[in-house]
Amino acid sequence: MTARHGRKPLLTMSRIEKTFRGETVALKDLNLTVNGGDFLSLLGPSGCGKSTALRLIAGLIHPTSGRLEWSGERDVGDLGIVFQEPTLMPWLTVAQNVWLPYRLRGKGFAEAQHDIESALELVGLSEFSDAHPRELSGGMKMRVSIARAMVTRPRLILLDEPFAALDEITRFKLNNDLLEMKAALGCTVIFVTHSVFESVFLSDRVIVMAARPGRVISELGIDTPYPRHADFRTSNEYAAHTRDVSNALGEAMGAAA
Amino acid sequence: MNLPGDAAPTLDKEEEFRARRDRINRVAKWTLPSLVMALSLLAWHLYVTLNDVPHYVLPGPVPVGKSIIEDWSLLWPAMLTTSRLTILALFLAVTGGVALAVAFTQSRWAEMSFFPYAVILQVTPVVAIAPLLQIYVDSAFFAALLCAWIVAFFPILSNTTTGLKSADHNLHDLFTIYGATRWQRLRYLAAPSALPYFLGGLRIAGGLALIGAVVAEFVIGRAGTGLGLASTLLEASYRFNFGRLYAALILISILGIGIFAITSLISHLMLRKWHESALTRES
Repeated sequence: MTARHGRKPLLTMSRIEKTFRGETVALKDLNLTVNGGDFLSLLGPSGCGKSTALRLIAGLIHPTSGRLEWSGERDVGDLGIVFQEPTLMPWLTVAQNVWLPYRLRGKGFAEAQHDIESALELVGLSEFSDAHPRELSGGMKMRVSIARAMVTRPRLILLDEPFAALDEITRFKLNNDLLEMKAALGCTVIFVTHSVFESVFLSDRVIVMAARPGRVISELGIDTPYPRHADFRTSNEYAAHTRDVSNALGEAMGAAA
Repeated sequence: MNLPGDAAPTLDKEEEFRARRDRINRVAKWTLPSLVMALSLLAWHLYVTLNDVPHYVLPGPVPVGKSIIEDWSLLWPAMLTTSRLTILALFLAVTGGVALAVAFTQSRWAEMSFFPYAVILQVTPVVAIAPLLQIYVDSAFFAALLCAWIVAFFPILSNTTTGLKSADHNLHDLFTIYGATRWQRLRYLAAPSALPYFLGGLRIAGGLALIGAVVAEFVIGRAGTGLGLASTLLEASYRFNFGRLYAALILISILGIGIFAITSLISHLMLRKWHESALTRES
């Protein structure tokens, strides 16, 4: 495991296994240390357990065996999550949707308003705070979902293939914005994707996973410093990294077949 | 698609056609049904007068109209009785149905234990229960109320139960991650998700409550209770007073239309901001 310089471990997963219904092995012997400040991508074919890993980290399911340890104090506002779908509540306005994490902690709208506004500003949707989700495009809905995940300024944000359903232009734009948001918040990000290009552009650590059983095959560091801009996408460095990651993924696919 | 930025100053042929068609549609929506109504009444009238149909076979629209006016002192209290019965039954069906649906979704045991009996209550034809109610329940009004309630109750229960379970799974996960309490989950997630289902059930239950009330009056009302429209109708048929029979029938129908209109309006007002069913598509 290549730890980035000077980063302290935030979360350590050791020898994690998860078996569903006693027969489907979703994850086998997963060892992973997430450091504070990492932008970590879980990359792999479908069925490799990357979403299962994310759900384990979120505490939605519990490992069959192995240990998952957080360092330091942990409370409910420490974790934000973005799903494949925007998962907004259609009956609430954009601002009320972003309010949800605070609302569930008993914090009133007026009290949370400042944080809600700044989260919406960060995703560029200040003007739409009173709109209902149905009035927004797919990309804008996803931005609301991201704003909701980061309104509490969590230490860790989990994203589960958030841009898979979006068109390429929107996806690139959201990739850029996501990096800016991460820099602004200074949080840790775990990003699940099946796109080599997306993982290289966004992350500083790419964890390549293989399927049946789900497991980690290799880890690659992307050393290009942040901030990364659109021109990074066309650089030779980017091409070299994508080639490496593609090869690793090819091995993962070969291992699974 | 109309983007807010590019307000088109000129209408092309297609848009002009569309605008004209919309204008015509708006007017036709009201005028056409009215025209059909007027023509039907005219045909009815002509059929009865030209063929000299005896009034005890089919009274014409004129005697029926007369009967509504002349018997108003009798029909209006009857309409109030039936309305009261229907609305009270609907109200109890809503409170009972929603309460039970919440209980079912909060406790799997409660659902497993009682849901089959709710279904049995529903599939047993209420006409078959009504005479029993008449025997066991002293007050005829309560017997009739119970009868209408049984019919109206199930769609509320069934729709609300489905609705409460229909919330997005990812949202449920989100609520788990943020440590939501049971109450918060019900109040902020399950209840709003269930609202469109509940309102659909309400519209069905409104109509069914009236049917239940009419059935109850047919079966129970004869036993000398306060007369509603349905018992008035039945009594008029015994007396071969077909003008009054049709008058009562028309008023029952108007009552049904009124209930449907009100429940639809409630549904529209509650959903218009966000639910697909209440949205009008542009372009």
